[in-house]
Amino acid sequence: MQRILNHPDQVVDEMLKGFVKTHSDIVATTDNPRVIKGANLPADQVGIVTGGGSGHKPAFVGYVGENLCDAVAVGEIFSSPTAVAFLDAFRAADRGKGVACLYGNYSGDNMNVKMAVKMAKKEGIQVKTVVANDDVPSAPKDQLNKRRGVAGEVLMWKVGGAKAATGASLDEVIAAAQKAIDNTRSVGIGLTPCTLPAVGHPNFSIEEGTMEVGIGHHGEPGIEVCPLETAAQMAQRMVDVVVPDLPFASGDEVVVLLSGLGATPVMELYVLYDEVDRLLTEKGIGIHRSYVGDYFTSLEMMGATLTVMKLDSELKELVDMPCYSMGLKQK
Amino acid sequence: MKGFRNAEGKPILLAMVKAIQDNKAYLGEVDGLIGDGDHGMNMNKGFTMFGQRIADRAVSFTQGLDELGTLLFTEIGGSMGPIYGTVFTDMAEAGEDSDIITLEVLASMLAAGLDGLYDIVDARVGDKTLVDTLFPAKDALAQAAVEGKSLAAALEDMKAAALIGRDSTKDMVAKFGRSSRLGERSRGVLDAGATSCYIILTAMADGILALKGA
Repeated sequence: MQRILNHPDQVVDEMLKGFVKTHSDIVATTDNPRVIKGANLPADQVGIVTGGGSGHKPAFVGYVGENLCDAVAVGEIFSSPTAVAFLDAFRAADRGKGVACLYGNYSGDNMNVKMAVKMAKKEGIQVKTVVANDDVPSAPKDQLNKRRGVAGEVLMWKVGGAKAATGASLDEVIAAAQKAIDNTRSVGIGLTPCTLPAVGHPNFSIEEGTMEVGIGHHGEPGIEVCPLETAAQMAQRMVDVVVPDLPFASGDEVVVLLSGLGATPVMELYVLYDEVDRLLTEKGIGIHRSYVGDYFTSLEMMGATLTVMKLDSELKELVDMPCYSMGLKQK
Repeated sequence: MKGFRNAEGKPILLAMVKAIQDNKAYLGEVDGLIGDGDHGMNMNKGFTMFGQRIADRAVSFTQGLDELGTLLFTEIGGSMGPIYGTVFTDMAEAGEDSDIITLEVLASMLAAGLDGLYDIVDARVGDKTLVDTLFPAKDALAQAAVEGKSLAAALEDMKAAALIGRDSTKDMVAKFGRSSRLGERSRGVLDAGATSCYIILTAMADGILALKGA
């Protein structure tokens, strides 16, 4: 295992130390070592909280910042934060107007958030949630509540954080974030597996010369394993999964987010993006804004996720609002 | 064997810690087949921290279970944090007033652990989760108590029932947790939670059986 480590069990705590030192203009520590908050939280706003397992850099801590998330609960690698961490994140983010907890649909996160929301209620902190479920291949369309949350979460945070920055109420922030994720669809393609440092070897395999379509953010098996294809063919497959599911139609305006899974060179993401852009344009779908880079990764997996969000005037305005975090900086 | 002194139950806890440590890699592999592979690592981290914290002091069986459950719940997270955290703390609560842990007390503790679990998860027998191990184990103890068996015989029954329960998950299709997204493709693989639950219950039973003079 060719990795930069001290002790595999300490990687999350050590990573956070380095992160906070690097980005002290954006984030600050709290009394809970697994909760990071924004360095300058504006008063009188709804708090935006997220959280999840580690190993997805920049997610989740990289999206704490101006007009994005206010506090984040940090879990072990690929493992939900504790209920106490979520509760402490609610406490850090609450400024008296309530907290919107925007997170991804995984059983551990669901249980821990549910418990934390109950504990927060006893303290008088009102928390409402939106659960991202943008990963199309993870369940059929008639079981939307079973779908996992993947890179679409970034757009959910963008919209929720921007809405909170307008001074909106908790219900308005929740409605905007829910609308964002309801209009978002994603699909991933994995080219190589990833290794949890404490395990030391990959827990699943992707044979050389093949790729796995629909792979999850933790290596959850996809819908099809097939021979490795060209970027154009991959783009076609991804668009064919995402577009009919919402569906996206001619005349729609969208945001496209193409994220690497950790080890794919960003250069190749641009090769893939060019093809995706062409295919969407051919369908008459207008690309209002696009993001290409490592926005939501899976340790050192190779591959990419395509996320597309359909815009209305409100979403467009919120997506266009400036923001400043480690993972997303926008003028 | 009528029971064991609650105050002298620390070796049982240490046996549970050692069993999880010994099976860290195995649990990771089982979880990696249809899950995300973090199960062995997180269980090992939580149980090892617990083992270190009780290393130099006396704890009773139920005090230890409560500490272990609280640690998993507050410091480990994941899905197994709240799940095992609830099971262990509720087991502890059901047994904490008993100086002697008899078969009846142990059966009531396991039943309380399962009841607590049922409050936070919707999974039931047949859903390919740790419930498939815990439920028959609880039943085996209760049944042995009704039949007036010794604690030692009851623990053997419990181990056998837990093993059958664990193995039953192999032919099931997952309905909860990460593997549920796989539907039919989750068939043919043991559930990681059912497997760790079997390891814990077996270590607990063997730990009790190894207590001298119990």
